[in-house]
Amino acid sequence: MPGYSDPGFDTLALHAGASPDPATGARAVPIHLTTSFVFESSDHAAALFNLERPGHVYSRISNPTNAVLEQRVAALEGGVGAIAVASGQAALHLAICTLMGAGSHIVASTALYGGSQNLLHYTLARFGIETTFVAPGDIDGWRAAARPNTRLFFGETVGNPGLDVLDIPTVSAIAHEAGVPLLVDSTLTSPWLMRPFEHGADLVYHSATKFLSGHGTVIGGIVVDGGSFDWEGPRTAGRFAELTQPYDGFHNMVFAEESTVGAFLLRARREGLRDFGACMSPHTAWLILQGIETLPLRMERHMRNTQKVVEFLASHAFVSRVGHPLLESHPSHALAQKLLPRGAGSVFSFDLKGDRAQGKKFIETLKVFSHLANVGDCRSLVIHPASTTHFRMSDEALAQAGISQGTIRLSIGLEDADDLIDDLQRALKAAEKASGKAGA
Amino acid sequence: MHITVNGHRSYCYTGGKAFDAAKPTVVFIHGVLNDHSVWALQSRYFANHGWNVLAVDLPGHCRSEGDAPESVEQAAGFVAALLDAAGVARAALVGHSWGSLIALETAGRLRDRVTHLVLVGTAYPMKVSPALIDSALNTPEKALRMVNVFSRSTLASPSGAGFWAYGAGMALGRRVLRSNPAVNVFHRGFVACDTYAGGEAAMAQITCPVLFALGAQDQMTHPKGAQGLIAQARNAGKSVQVADLPVGHNQMTEAPDPTLFAIRDFLGA
Repeated sequence: MPGYSDPGFDTLALHAGASPDPATGARAVPIHLTTSFVFESSDHAAALFNLERPGHVYSRISNPTNAVLEQRVAALEGGVGAIAVASGQAALHLAICTLMGAGSHIVASTALYGGSQNLLHYTLARFGIETTFVAPGDIDGWRAAARPNTRLFFGETVGNPGLDVLDIPTVSAIAHEAGVPLLVDSTLTSPWLMRPFEHGADLVYHSATKFLSGHGTVIGGIVVDGGSFDWEGPRTAGRFAELTQPYDGFHNMVFAEESTVGAFLLRARREGLRDFGACMSPHTAWLILQGIETLPLRMERHMRNTQKVVEFLASHAFVSRVGHPLLESHPSHALAQKLLPRGAGSVFSFDLKGDRAQGKKFIETLKVFSHLANVGDCRSLVIHPASTTHFRMSDEALAQAGISQGTIRLSIGLEDADDLIDDLQRALKAAEKASGKAGA
Repeated sequence: MHITVNGHRSYCYTGGKAFDAAKPTVVFIHGVLNDHSVWALQSRYFANHGWNVLAVDLPGHCRSEGDAPESVEQAAGFVAALLDAAGVARAALVGHSWGSLIALETAGRLRDRVTHLVLVGTAYPMKVSPALIDSALNTPEKALRMVNVFSRSTLASPSGAGFWAYGAGMALGRRVLRSNPAVNVFHRGFVACDTYAGGEAAMAQITCPVLFALGAQDQMTHPKGAQGLIAQARNAGKSVQVADLPVGHNQMTEAPDPTLFAIRDFLGA
């Protein structure tokens, strides 16, 4: 039984990174809405700028409220530290642009959130960073895709929305053989379901907008460093000069010498936050902290409701497929049992037996489920991926991501499970009745 | 920078400044399963305030080649050789935990060549429980967890920049252990602490002022464990200062400013 010095996950979710405010005694984390922090003296100012003393200078780079969030998520993930940023997309961008520039190459899973797919396929290509996409379960494909200029392997713990479970132990081993780190998007699982560092991942990021904040109120992201990857290791072959060579832009600092296990975070903060500027508001950090305090309770309920809804849909005559690893029919069922024993998340997809019009009727009949573009809310959500979140993808790319024109994605919330099932039952009935109706 | 010591490439972090023999020198010596980076803030401060900094990776640890020291005496021999190799006539020595014993032994040997001696998180004798020594050898991940739990005194270290001290300690320990595939430096370091018997003799020999910087909540090297050495030094007429730091065994990361100020004021920087 852990004592105070060895707290468990639930205790860390409430306490990591925070202590009563020494100035006021405030027990909750104060929101430090200030751009800047007064220096004690000229020497203090210089020491802060030069990383000789701890402290904050300007809230684009660091802020006391954000620092609590960063420590808390790092604690929950088992990392060395974290950087909170403006969104999940900003976290992905910060991770990539800290490690590489034009002429570099990424190997990424095909089963990605549409926004990540856009960033890799279109936007980063415009800046000279190329990506090879590999189906998450194609182990030989991961190995074959690595090149001398590859700097990163990237996938999602469970793919959105097909829930293909990434075989992190195997893919990370291939990445490490190739001398590069594995970055995983852990948004859909949260550290309550999986701690990717324990399976071999090197960097983790979240769209904190989703389960971490949990209430659909804020946009935020966070990237966590496991501190395990050796940027100067024998297989890296000098790939990571950004971390291992003097950086003119910051006191000629060699980040890997400065911090043996925190080099990535140092460069990401001192260059990435400074220059790209995608910082998080302290108010946002506070709202995410509020969410994290109940993350264990919420995730348990998310999983319980999801199991009931999956069982209901799997037995319904008008449903042709339910894509959740809870079911033995799911291709990732066995891997999920191994890597995600608490559950594979509450965001999943299913296919109706009807046509597109019946799908439309289904969504529009739902009352408890909200039709919108988000997941991980405490409220239950629904969307049609092919026409919304993944609309830029070709049919081939959609198929690779496990999405058809009839696929519907659910994000199961915290309502009474009976109410969710009742809502789905009514909508399925309405959709069945809509068969062949003109204009439906 | 790397310096060849006893025929081996030895790494010293210099705080981002080039080595300049004209400046006074301060040597920082890490503890078991650590490296130079545990002194990141303090060493960088001194390097930018008029000092040469040599924050070493002990032999066989991370960036330094050579055999990992089997004893405090061997490690002290390395530090003395390092000063010779770097052309440093006199230096201040700052050591943490095992590093404090190494600094003490070195100061006893080099006498007037040592200008100041700072013992952070020290105890003498520095006995390590047989269970922990055994675990360091046979179940190092478990022992690493124990050490980091015992070392921690807060869940909210004042890093200012989102570092989680407990996770950083775990990751650094794993990295240092992995850096030497030939020897379990975790076990070897603990055995060196446990068997060191030269503390009183070394203290009798030193000629410089001594600062004991002790963590009031230190569960690894409890402040009580340093009292005998403090009394011996005082009784022998040495110049002794004691700084009580509001922290456990992670003095440099969980109380970086109080630790810095104690060393700075003592060294007159």
